[in-house]
Amino acid sequence: MNFYNGGSYDVVVVGAGHAGCEAGLAAARLGLKTLVLTISLESVAMMACNPSIGGTGKGHLVREVDALGGEMGLNIDKTFIQSKMLNTGKGPAVHSLRAQADKLQYHLQMKQTLENQVNLTLKQGDVIDLMVEEGKASGVKTRNGAEYHAKAVILATGVYLKSRIFMGEVNYPGGPDGLATTQELPDNLRSYGCNMRRFKTGTPARIHGDFVDYEKMTEQMGDEENTPFSFMNQALKIDQISCWLTRTTEDTKFIIEENIHRSSMYRGDMESVGPRYCPSIEDKIVRFTDKATHQLFLEPEGVHTKEMYLQGMSSSLPEEVQVAMIRSVTGLEKAEIMRPAYAIEYDCIDPTDLQLSLETKAIENLFSAGQFNGSSGYEEAAAQGLVAGINASMKIKNKDPLILDRSEAYIGVLIDDLVTKGTNEPYRMMTSRAEYRLVLRQDNADLRLTQKGYDFGLVQQERYQRLLVKREEIEQELQRLKKKKVTARELNPILDTIGSSEVDTSLSLYDLLKRPEINYKVIEPLYAESKDLMQDVKSQCEVIIKYDGYIKKQLRQIEQFKKLENKRIPDDVVYERIDSLRTEAKQKLKSIRPHSVGQASRISGVSPADISVLLVYLEQRKRGNKNV
Amino acid sequence: MYREETIAAISTPLGEGGIGIVKISGERALEILNNVFVTKDHHQKVFWEPRKMYYGFIKNPESQEIIDEVLAVYMKAPNTYTKEELVEIHCHGGMVPLRKTLQLVLEQGAGMAEKGEFTKRAFLNGRLDLSQAEAVMDLISAKTDISHEVALGQFEGLLSREVQGIQEIIKDMLAHIEVSIDFSEEDIDEVTMDQLLSKSMDAKKSFQGLLQTAKTGKILREGLVTGILGKTNVGKSSLLNALLRENRAIVTDIPGTTRDVIEEQLNVRGIPLKILDTAGIRETEDAVEKIGVQRSREIFQQADLVIFMIDASKELDREDYDFLHLIKDRRALVVVNKTDLKEAIDLSRIKSIIGDKKLVRISLLKNKGLEALEDALEDMVYEGEGFSKEQPFITNARHQQAISRGLQSLQDGIKALENRMPLDFVEVDFKNAWESLGEVTGDTVSEDILDHIFENFCIGK
Repeated sequence: MNFYNGGSYDVVVVGAGHAGCEAGLAAARLGLKTLVLTISLESVAMMACNPSIGGTGKGHLVREVDALGGEMGLNIDKTFIQSKMLNTGKGPAVHSLRAQADKLQYHLQMKQTLENQVNLTLKQGDVIDLMVEEGKASGVKTRNGAEYHAKAVILATGVYLKSRIFMGEVNYPGGPDGLATTQELPDNLRSYGCNMRRFKTGTPARIHGDFVDYEKMTEQMGDEENTPFSFMNQALKIDQISCWLTRTTEDTKFIIEENIHRSSMYRGDMESVGPRYCPSIEDKIVRFTDKATHQLFLEPEGVHTKEMYLQGMSSSLPEEVQVAMIRSVTGLEKAEIMRPAYAIEYDCIDPTDLQLSLETKAIENLFSAGQFNGSSGYEEAAAQGLVAGINASMKIKNKDPLILDRSEAYIGVLIDDLVTKGTNEPYRMMTSRAEYRLVLRQDNADLRLTQKGYDFGLVQQERYQRLLVKREEIEQELQRLKKKKVTARELNPILDTIGSSEVDTSLSLYDLLKRPEINYKVIEPLYAESKDLMQDVKSQCEVIIKYDGYIKKQLRQIEQFKKLENKRIPDDVVYERIDSLRTEAKQKLKSIRPHSVGQASRISGVSPADISVLLVYLEQRKRGNKNV
Repeated sequence: MYREETIAAISTPLGEGGIGIVKISGERALEILNNVFVTKDHHQKVFWEPRKMYYGFIKNPESQEIIDEVLAVYMKAPNTYTKEELVEIHCHGGMVPLRKTLQLVLEQGAGMAEKGEFTKRAFLNGRLDLSQAEAVMDLISAKTDISHEVALGQFEGLLSREVQGIQEIIKDMLAHIEVSIDFSEEDIDEVTMDQLLSKSMDAKKSFQGLLQTAKTGKILREGLVTGILGKTNVGKSSLLNALLRENRAIVTDIPGTTRDVIEEQLNVRGIPLKILDTAGIRETEDAVEKIGVQRSREIFQQADLVIFMIDASKELDREDYDFLHLIKDRRALVVVNKTDLKEAIDLSRIKSIIGDKKLVRISLLKNKGLEALEDALEDMVYEGEGFSKEQPFITNARHQQAISRGLQSLQDGIKALENRMPLDFVEVDFKNAWESLGEVTGDTVSEDILDHIFENFCIGK
């Protein structure tokens, strides 16, 4: 085949899903000439599965992407139709924001942002091969015969590689939602030395909203006062749309049990691994037999569509069984399926093939992000896309990559988990994956990361100034609270009304706020100054004061953690030559190539004794012993 | 995971020496010293001039117990062996004050140093020359094999199983907490504070049971330090000889002590006994010299077990009665010797003083009653429960320390639950407890809990 020269760019991004969009925008905003290629312009930032952004752990990622200057938070703030803070009954560390999106609007807004972005070109094109020269990526080739030259390439291909759709006895090659799939690229990647693997995921059916009996369901409304995802926005006024809660019935269970042998998964058609945290409905019925019924959520897909997403009912049963199964659900007796549920298998890379910068080890200047890296979820994809976009740019500019560690961000946890430990199933973020959860809160993502985003050049002045102001105000407010004393006489009547124990002497507001039952609302009558304060500043101060002991505990742990994290391992260490390492450790270290002793200590199969040996070796080396 | 904490260990050879040294290295060395060291007048604050010896006492800051009279020296980083802040506490040579001092230092937050760790740090911090490095590396890598072997040992295996039992309880709690947090909208009953409280109480009980065994474990490992006390001519030397004869003595050669054998080790029905001051026993019996009151007191204080001998044929004097009152609260045994002679003692009065302490009547001359004595000894060590090989024992100070830390974290968690702290804070303490136990069993936390969640809870889209 003859290829024509499609042009030269600094960065070419393959794919315009949630990872590709962030990667492309980041590179372009960092001043690099960027091309974003997508298999279909209708699928830019497409939400192929659930119509929502955020949730536990995931909401944290979105806030971090925003704090670093990414787009996801801004885009969902423009297009959400319902918003809810989850886990408000628990501590501030696990409050998680989730918003229902208008799917079409979300896509259109993001597409427009890309179209309007200086330095960025958006094109439809199906990438079938890379251009690789001397082990370095130098561009991509498309099915239509174009060769785009680039200094760095970012793969964000989602589930489009060799994807196959499964629905009962039926299975065929195809991407999500009837889109195309690419067969050639994964084979070519293999030939360049990438280790590819096969994962599976699935999505439930979409049904027509007019044929739902809402009377039989429980309405799920959003928060009255919503919290925006982006630190750039204040609470937004919209008319929120409800979700609905219902349950499967004994009939559902019966229908599934009768037809379980027809499910693609139970037929043994699929050899790939699916995620444990989102099993299909048939999987739930089989594994948790004692549960008679299961809960389902109906989520609207947008304002201008009747499609409803059936959360809790992903399936690989045949279409005809799906009809019967769905109509057995309370309130869905007359349901009409608009799109059936399906499972999908796809090729992705073994993430231990990557460095912490998300550059592949096999091919220099090749970066990757999102489902291609073995993760799952829009938010996980966006986070990696942003990092890959920044780091491809840094590589071209000959600067150090952005590497966030586990104590700095969920993004750090996400990438370190993938790259260091690998994953056996599509990886999803959960707050329990973060060791330092108490300090990695969604409310302080800007305080943690915006400075970094600014240093890397992605955060603009306006956002940066906001950070500086907020930081300053928190500092001043804490001082003010320490100084401001209230007398027992002023205080006790207020304490009485909320059942808090009385005081004998005067007390600073700072000490008062340490009590779990005291918050700004309670002290407001005594503290007129607080009225003008940003809500954000108040909540930061409350958290800092109330949970001081625990936060200090965690900060001490982080200090320990950092010591090993800051011990860098040079790239050219030859592990085979360190005799005292055990064989398994040698192999693992050689393949992962950890960049710090801390990272090395998290590799399974590397023991504390191996780490000690490594430390001794590094010290020897540092002192210039030429024999090691 | 590898940790860079302040470490401590006894750095003189084990056994009875003139002095023994507890060494502490790391950032917190001086802070820890200040917590346990008091000057002669008990409150003066020391301004530690480096490399200068200070006289004082080691005192438990909580119980106020004085553990030993010591000399202590602080050496400032980087001019020390490890190039870190370094402290040496020079104790009296007996194992008891040394162990107690070390234990106290560990309780203050130091970690038990691993074999070769001071040297490893010396190297890592740039003190040793390169030729020594290889040796250090071999030492470290050899450690894995040794500890592996040890882990397969019976006691350790049993201990692991016991610890895993507690880990299971905590893991289950953690999984419930995590699932409530990460899958709050799923169809799962949220775990209640009361459920968590009741489970953590179960875990606490197991923890405490396990730590109880540390005592027995230490006896099995090091021997029960035993003092034989009593008046001149009561038969202490004969008792020692009889026990030695019966129990095929292991006479220890303690390196570095060329003077005299000051410790005799023997094995009574599998219980190693270390008899204190055997030289003193022999000397005083021969020389018809009264034991110095001072010396008796010292032995009394050092001993884990006191055997107090009285002569059946002589009326007890005031000193004897005083002593009987003293042993009431100790692991002690009263041996009435010379029962072949006409009894002149007031047995019922003695019994009323010592309460439930055992009293054994023997005649060393006629070789009678030794068996009863051994029965009594055995009973005491196993607290009357009988010794079963199926029972786990903590025999390793590092394990004991990890388990104590685990218990501390668990108790913090219980307190947090009682104070109605949010679940995500409570979780920090429980996870710490789990991780401390993981140092004994070698497990890591995060994946385990996720596996547990996915196995036991129905979640998904």
